Amino acid sequence: MRWMNRLQKTLSTLFRRGSETVRLDEEMRFHLEQEIAERIARGASREDARREAMRQFGNPTLLRDEARSVWNWGWLETLSRDVRYGTRALLRSPGFAITAIVVMALCIGATTCLFTVVRSVLLKALPFDDPDHLVMLYEHWRANTSGNPYNPVAPGDFFEWRAQTHGFADMASYHYSNLTVTGEHGEMPEMVAAQKGTWNLFPLLGVTPALGRTFREDEDRLGDHHVAILTWSFFQRRFGGDPSIVGKTFRMATKPYTVVGVLPEWFAYPDARTQVWVPYADGETAERLQEHDNHYPFVVARMKPGVSLKMATDEVSAVQYRMHMQYAGHPVAEDVMSRPMIDDVVHEVKTPLLMMMSAVLCMLMIGCLNVSNLLVARSAARQKEMAIRGALGAGRFALLREQMTETVLLCAGGGAIGLLLAQAGTSYLKLHWRGLPRAASIHVDLVVVLFTFGVMGFTAILAGLLPALSSTQRGILEGLKDSSRAAGAGVSRARLRKTLLSVEIALTVVLLLSAGLLLKSFIQLRTTDLGIADDHLLTLRYSLPMEVYSKPEQSVAFSEALLERVRRIPGIKSAGLGSTVPGGGYDGDQVFIIPERPNYESNKQPDAMIRYADPAYFSTLGIPLITGRVFNEHDRLDQSKKILVSQELVKRYYPGENVIGRTIVMGTEITNKKRTYEVVGVVGDTLWRAGERTKATVYFPVLSGDTGYMSTLAVRTSGDPLSYAVAIQKEIAALDPQLPVIDVLTIPQIVGQSTINQSFSASLVLAFAVLSLLLAGVGLYGVLSYVVTQRVTEIGIRIALGAQRGQVLGMVLKDGLRPVGLGLAIGVCGGTAVGYVIRSLLYGTRPADPVVLTGMVATMLVVAVVACAAPAWRASSVDPMQALRTE
Amino acid sequence: MGLLILKTLSLEPKHGWAIAKRIQQISNDVLQVQQGSLYPALQRLEQQGWIRSKWAETETGRQARFYSLTAAGRAQLEKEQEMWSRLSAAINLVVES
Repeated sequence: MRWMNRLQKTLSTLFRRGSETVRLDEEMRFHLEQEIAERIARGASREDARREAMRQFGNPTLLRDEARSVWNWGWLETLSRDVRYGTRALLRSPGFAITAIVVMALCIGATTCLFTVVRSVLLKALPFDDPDHLVMLYEHWRANTSGNPYNPVAPGDFFEWRAQTHGFADMASYHYSNLTVTGEHGEMPEMVAAQKGTWNLFPLLGVTPALGRTFREDEDRLGDHHVAILTWSFFQRRFGGDPSIVGKTFRMATKPYTVVGVLPEWFAYPDARTQVWVPYADGETAERLQEHDNHYPFVVARMKPGVSLKMATDEVSAVQYRMHMQYAGHPVAEDVMSRPMIDDVVHEVKTPLLMMMSAVLCMLMIGCLNVSNLLVARSAARQKEMAIRGALGAGRFALLREQMTETVLLCAGGGAIGLLLAQAGTSYLKLHWRGLPRAASIHVDLVVVLFTFGVMGFTAILAGLLPALSSTQRGILEGLKDSSRAAGAGVSRARLRKTLLSVEIALTVVLLLSAGLLLKSFIQLRTTDLGIADDHLLTLRYSLPMEVYSKPEQSVAFSEALLERVRRIPGIKSAGLGSTVPGGGYDGDQVFIIPERPNYESNKQPDAMIRYADPAYFSTLGIPLITGRVFNEHDRLDQSKKILVSQELVKRYYPGENVIGRTIVMGTEITNKKRTYEVVGVVGDTLWRAGERTKATVYFPVLSGDTGYMSTLAVRTSGDPLSYAVAIQKEIAALDPQLPVIDVLTIPQIVGQSTINQSFSASLVLAFAVLSLLLAGVGLYGVLSYVVTQRVTEIGIRIALGAQRGQVLGMVLKDGLRPVGLGLAIGVCGGTAVGYVIRSLLYGTRPADPVVLTGMVATMLVVAVVACAAPAWRASSVDPMQALRTE
Repeated sequence: MGLLILKTLSLEPKHGWAIAKRIQQISNDVLQVQQGSLYPALQRLEQQGWIRSKWAETETGRQARFYSLTAAGRAQLEKEQEMWSRLSAAINLVVES
């Protein structure tokens, strides 16, 4: 059979190439001998026959090679030969090879690392069923024209939507809660982050539990039977991974909860901190489930096939508008907006990540340019070798191919190491970038490896093509004749290197400017004045369980006892209680009515952020009292219908008026006596989070005995605040051993947590910029050294003719700094443009910020001068006699 | 060249030199086969699977590579013969018109 013969021949030319070649040799020899024998048979002498036959036969080796060239697998042989030669050539210049590989490894490693993160966080679909059809629904106030248009959905609104609309296949809702888990056998009480979700949430997402089951519809009801689903991490941590926990109970919020299931290990929605899920209606009251004016839950919906998102959303929006009209006068939104679920999960990190990806690509280009520069320098040394090989018959393509093979080897080596670096980098980011969504799903997989190969190929072409082309161009013969006296290929090579250097410096300056802007922005953010004296402050958070502290007197007693004990600790200068401290988050708002001006435009009812504070809160934190007084001892329990307001509230709603002694009614009923308060003082503004504008705030007294909010104890210490943590927690435990304490932090730590995205953006881009600066500096040094070597005779002549050393120094410096100047000019333009593109990430920093601009330009110039110094010095100290004698 | 080699081998297996000699003989010395074209052609034919090779002893006791026609090669020979006669007839028509 033909194919068998063909296969046999193909395999033998692949695996037994050597012996096949020998066989061909023998065949040629045989043919030749037959020719000789034939001539001898015709009567020639042995010598004549031999000579005649050989002349007629031709070159046996050439003939053999011609026959051989027909074989398959020729390309493989060429490739393996190129690789062998390339490796040998690289081993001969180890310094160059190691430098190039290190540069490539860092650049490819960083690129791969960031690509892995971008792919896992932004590009990969959510790990749910048919994730493209999952959307989040939000309410939207028409009066809200700036800022975030997406508002959480009130429970009453959600249930109406679900009952009345049919555009979505299903809707589910969930919201955050925190619950205290207490141990059966004296384990420490622990406050865990929990989510309360409707029973259909997990089926809607398509999540099957690892153990047990998800909620049944009849379990998501008001009642006494409590069930919970554990997350995998909580299951492992608290219950030791023991599967028998399913069906058993544990105590949460002082009640027994039966575990019905455990979620799979990969499930980390909405965030990795969530430990346990309970049904939506668990622990609620009927009124709260019907509220239309309290907005804290989130809604997920699955699209119905065949129904467009717009149609379905409009239907829900219509229902919402009906309710808005029905409850006119109450804070009920008019519209509904939708957003794909993936956008919802990643929107905070999308822009920073994309920006970092661009920065790392910049660095990759710089690395390639650097290696390219090194290759051009190296090709100078091999000029004569290329010329001789060309003269011996090597085609341009063959020489090109060989040089590219070397580049590919360098990039492959760099890429392999880079892949390992990327693995380390992603592990580091996963661990330290807290709050990075979907962090658990980041890992290096096949796609990432293929991407690395692609990058390797791309960098090989980018870095290697230009040097290879320039070193194999026409006029190779000139290279043989070239000496350093003449101009020749040296000048064009120097020009090429300077051009590459200019581009490299331009990109470096762009990176430097971006890094500078981000760094300044981050520093501004971190050092924002929150409106308090933020030194020597320690904060601790706890939540008084409503079941234990059911009467207002109990919670007041606890608060006063705690403050008294804490104040007695030596070293504590003052202590205050409140709901939250500035910088610690939003914590909810409420609408209110100004009795003198009860009418307002539709849905522009005044609203304010709600805080609780005790009499010492303001002095402890250092919030100034502007007018009136702060709370005192007598503003407690029945006598506590007093409030303090922030300056911003006065500015917005009582411009130029005296607000002390006036009354404000919270909520929407002007006749509600229970929620009518008297304003007794105005305090200074604070920021609820670094980077966000201040919001009008209303403070209620802690001593009113209201419960149902998270409390923060703030203490001012002399000395390191954190050293008092244990002592304070002991006092809390002495009062109530079952009360867990969380978030023991200083104010700088709180601000650090809330700015972690900006921190990582700034640090990474700064790292890239510094690395690029280093590369650019080294590149500049290399180029200038090369130029000086080229011009050594010229410099010798100049000095011999009377040029001063200083003049020579200046000349060389100018020559070196010219590409730097060009690169700077282009880079500054580019960098400013980039600044405008990323301005959404900047805080308190303009894109063309003069401080950053001058700083970075100065840095670049300093590095450039330092890099040029050594070669310039060497040029100026050239001995003219030596220079003229060198060939 | 391929057609000539296939035809020469259609009677009996031969080694490279013998093929060259035979072609020369039959064509009355008009076709002088060059080694530079013979051996590449032989390699190509073997790669295509029309001929196969085997090392054997000649009459004089030397080792030589003998080529022989495969079954597929025989079929290919017929096809090429037919193509050649059609081609040459067409050329004849044009040249002698």
